[in-house]
Amino acid sequence: MGTLFGVVLTRSEVISWFRIQEMFLFQSPRMYEIIVSAILVAATSVALIKRFGGKTIAGDPISIPPKTLGRGIRYALGGSIFGVGWALTGACPGPLFALVGNGVTVMAVAIVSALAGTWVYGLCRSKLPH
Amino acid sequence: MTFLGSNPWPWYVAGPAIGLFVPALLILGNKVFGVSSSLRHTCAAVFPSKLEYFQYDWKNTGLWNLLFVLGIFLGGFLASHYGTPQNIGISDATRLDLARLGIHDFSGIAPHELFRWSALVSFQGFTLIVIGGFLVGFGTAYAGGCTSGHAISGLADLQPASLIAVVGFFAGGLIATHFILPLLL
Repeated sequence: MGTLFGVVLTRSEVISWFRIQEMFLFQSPRMYEIIVSAILVAATSVALIKRFGGKTIAGDPISIPPKTLGRGIRYALGGSIFGVGWALTGACPGPLFALVGNGVTVMAVAIVSALAGTWVYGLCRSKLPH
Repeated sequence: MTFLGSNPWPWYVAGPAIGLFVPALLILGNKVFGVSSSLRHTCAAVFPSKLEYFQYDWKNTGLWNLLFVLGIFLGGFLASHYGTPQNIGISDATRLDLARLGIHDFSGIAPHELFRWSALVSFQGFTLIVIGGFLVGFGTAYAGGCTSGHAISGLADLQPASLIAVVGFFAGGLIATHFILPLLL
């Protein structure tokens, strides 16, 4: 499944720094069309699974754990921090791995940095507002 | 392979293909589609350092996710080796704006001038790759998800938390593209 996802990410060009800049500059609808149609397909699937009590191939009931909202600060603040990183690197976590596979090997450094960022969050988690 | 090789996929193929990973992973193993948790699992596996955030059974909860990102790497490799070379057909307006910032090489997926090993020692390259990567890791951990977990999975499940996160993603991205990059490049 991951391999398939890597192919999809590459062929759809959503891993391209150029495409990410084009999106944030509002100069092409392409990325928005991709994101919105992905959400619509996913949302329809999730609604159907819930409506008809879908099961996994192993026969277990499917459940999606809800995200605890809390005061929502972590989503607004953490989301914005990620957004800055997204535009700078031109990649979210999935594309970082796909880019290394595509031969942009320097992105391995960005992955190590991202691991450091995640670790530092673990370090100061109790001091951050959530 | 002709279809796989056509570059790029039109949005109405690419978008739904991405969206289908949500039901596929749910049906295959009751897994919620999301990539950034792989970063947490890697930390938990490699250097948990007794931090509470990394104290959990990563093999049980996260092994599938680590294999998934390994797959993403492989998929990227395969797609780049079995297909026509990528030249990203961005709009003329974007090309013009980026050229104004000093980017001249529009071949490949990312600008060669900035995303190569030797660029790491430059202030620009270091900021984009090292600082940018750090913010991706810190931000997704803080927000509890990235584009896949919040924007696709979360919004598809109509979760309010994810909507706040996605508004944040775009707020941060717009600030970076419109204010930080012009100062940096």
